[in-house]
Amino acid sequence: MPWRRLTVTVLAIMLLIGLLAYGFTRDPRYIDSPLIGRPAPLFTLTLFDGKNVRLQDLRGKVVFLNFWASWCPPCRAEAKDLEANWQSFKDQDIVFLGINIQDKEPNAIEYINEFGITFPNGRDATGRIAVDYGVWGIPETFFIDTEGRITYKHVGSLGWPTITAKLHEAQRSLVSASEGRGSYQPIR
Amino acid sequence: MTAIIGQASLLLAFTLALWGIIAPFLYSRTRNQLLFTSIRIGILGQFIFVTLAAASLIYALVTTDFSIKYVALNTTRGTPIYYRVTGLWGALEGSLLLWEWILIIFSALVAWIYKDRHRELMPWVLMIFSIVSAFFLAVIAFASNPFESVFPIPADGGGLNPLLEDANMLTHPPLLYTGFVGLTVPYAFAMAALIHGKLDAAWIITIRRWTIIAWFFLSMGNLVGAWWSYHVLGWGGYWAWDPVENAAFMPWLPATAFLHSIQVQERRPMLKVWNLSLIIIAFSLTIFGTFLTRSGILSSIHAFSSGPVGSLFLAFLAFILLGSFGLLAYRADQLKGQPVLDSPVSRESAFLLNNVVLMSALFTIFLGTIFPLLSEAVVGVQVSVGAPYFNSVTVPLFLLLVFLMGVGPMIAWRKASWDNLRRNFLWPCVASLMVALVLFIWRVQSFLPLLGFTLSAFVAFTILFDTTILVRARRRIAGEGYLRALLTLVRKNQRRYGGLVVHLGVVLIIMGIGTSMSYSVEREATLQRGQDLSVGRYRVRFDGLKGSQQPTHFRVEGAFRVFNNGHDLGTLTPALKFFPNQKSPIGRAVHRSTFSEDLYLILSGFSEIEQNQVTLKILVRPLVSWIWVGGFVMALGTLVAILPFRRFSSHES
Repeated sequence: MPWRRLTVTVLAIMLLIGLLAYGFTRDPRYIDSPLIGRPAPLFTLTLFDGKNVRLQDLRGKVVFLNFWASWCPPCRAEAKDLEANWQSFKDQDIVFLGINIQDKEPNAIEYINEFGITFPNGRDATGRIAVDYGVWGIPETFFIDTEGRITYKHVGSLGWPTITAKLHEAQRSLVSASEGRGSYQPIR
Repeated sequence: MTAIIGQASLLLAFTLALWGIIAPFLYSRTRNQLLFTSIRIGILGQFIFVTLAAASLIYALVTTDFSIKYVALNTTRGTPIYYRVTGLWGALEGSLLLWEWILIIFSALVAWIYKDRHRELMPWVLMIFSIVSAFFLAVIAFASNPFESVFPIPADGGGLNPLLEDANMLTHPPLLYTGFVGLTVPYAFAMAALIHGKLDAAWIITIRRWTIIAWFFLSMGNLVGAWWSYHVLGWGGYWAWDPVENAAFMPWLPATAFLHSIQVQERRPMLKVWNLSLIIIAFSLTIFGTFLTRSGILSSIHAFSSGPVGSLFLAFLAFILLGSFGLLAYRADQLKGQPVLDSPVSRESAFLLNNVVLMSALFTIFLGTIFPLLSEAVVGVQVSVGAPYFNSVTVPLFLLLVFLMGVGPMIAWRKASWDNLRRNFLWPCVASLMVALVLFIWRVQSFLPLLGFTLSAFVAFTILFDTTILVRARRRIAGEGYLRALLTLVRKNQRRYGGLVVHLGVVLIIMGIGTSMSYSVEREATLQRGQDLSVGRYRVRFDGLKGSQQPTHFRVEGAFRVFNNGHDLGTLTPALKFFPNQKSPIGRAVHRSTFSEDLYLILSGFSEIEQNQVTLKILVRPLVSWIWVGGFVMALGTLVAILPFRRFSSHES
């Protein structure tokens, strides 16, 4: 019965080819962050207004930590939602902190003005903080609970519902099982 | 101008390849001898045009013709001439052209060698070559063109990836490619036989020879790659189970299996479908490997930048697998053999077991390689498996293989009598057990290394024992001296003795790998000038740092004085190389090799603030050199097996 043999052969081969083709839909360099559930790496950030912020001074507050650059379209996509959320959460012991990486200072300041961003932002000129957080593309956002533990990581742009939900979880120290990805893919 | 010549040659070669695909069908209908000649001339034409294209690209690289994008990206005015030439395979587009070039050289060789033989098969054989060639030419000419121009013309080029600036760039890629491409020859013959339906044994000898040649280049390509990794990448290892290393190794497994099981088919009408499958698998794996490196679906040190090429290769892989196995399934009824073994204790079954083990190794390595894909497709989480998985699953298989290397060549065909077993294996068994005992008492007390050494000794003893008996017999009968008798034996049975020498080489390699895996020692420390670090018998003193500007990079070199039990062994200078367009430096490890162990120094880093403070890593790896010696022995064995000694000998039998 060559037909039966043929069918089996073809099916087996198509299964393998399908699996390999599936490989095109993903990025092999994309690795789940091991940081979720772990203490957030400490840092000192110099803000654009010259003040210093130390992460350990923010214990007891939920920290929303966002890595961005002015040239990155997904960052622009989420900028308004970030500011709007900040406006509604800023009275609840929640700190928003923007970290500008891989960027020029004038461009970054222009970006802040363009979107009317009022939460504190600073520049990680050496990229040290980004390295400590294993930032892989921008934007990336980390949610840190009152104990200084990372509860959630988001790669790509964030929308209003996710920010709200994850901030509430961080307030209750609920750690997410895995990181999330935005609708707007991040840029490496 | 160069680009135009190159591009035109590619298109002409492509046209000829298309003719090479159509013509055999016309020929099979009309039997017109002119058509047959045109097929052969078509191959010759492809050979000429592809050579012209390759020569154009080399010429452009050597003359730094930066109007060609590929040249601008892969060479600079400062690049030494031989790295300009090796730039031909320094990146995706050129490497595909090299592949095609080797392929068409093989095709032309086949067309020339068999101009009078295999008359019915040749049109189909050359058609298969033309199909593969047409695919590669299409990819090169239309999807990933090395002759693409760039405007405005840059003043200087980007340069070769610094990791590729090494003398092995001249050997490793061409050897490996020759091995890969060489497997096209047996594949073409196998397919031709399946298409034609002429499934007798005549082409089996032909296939076997070409497989040995491809297998030889594949073995050497992998070993030279390991050697390169060992002395350039500066991590002290030679094999990392990286997806692309696996891709280069995997075709070797079915090719090796085939070289053994074909011997069964030569004697008995069995394993026909199996042997054809092995050939198809081996060839498909070479395409799979190319797909893997060019698609970027798995991350790897060897990955080329990806592009549309990946999906083209996947489509071609699908075509090859469906076409080949489809045809095989269709013809399977004509390939029914006599699937009966006379006895489970026989050379046939030893070879069968060898095949099972090799294919299990292939399966586990394949599974491990695509596991990140598989796990993400099935459970949605990407999980990579690394060296621990590969080591723990392949080591037992390879040990079993070593055991079979001892048994297979000595056990009788069909059915081994008790007498045969006792005569061939009693003394080797006793001797290797003694070796095990001595090693155990001395210091080898963990199970796997001890087993490895014992089995290696067993293989060596079986070969030594068998050869001694035969040499003695010849001495008695023919009255020859020992050496003369040995030479006659080898000449009378080149294949067998070539194979045995290859086995000895493999034993040496396995010994080197096993020992260096199990008994390596390493230490790392930060040293000030004048301080030292000791590992085992060695003491290494740091004597200072020195920076120097090289043609392509800035080099920081540490001077380390090495003492062995107080004996001064001189200075070793591991370095870090800083290339202008690379973010992180590239290490240049140094090692001091002896037959018993390698001392390997890696400059991990140096302090920019504090003068003359470095971090040094020292590894002491025993018996590593035997891997390279083993490779040499393997090469020697292959030559013994395939060189036509007999023609020059008076002992023609």
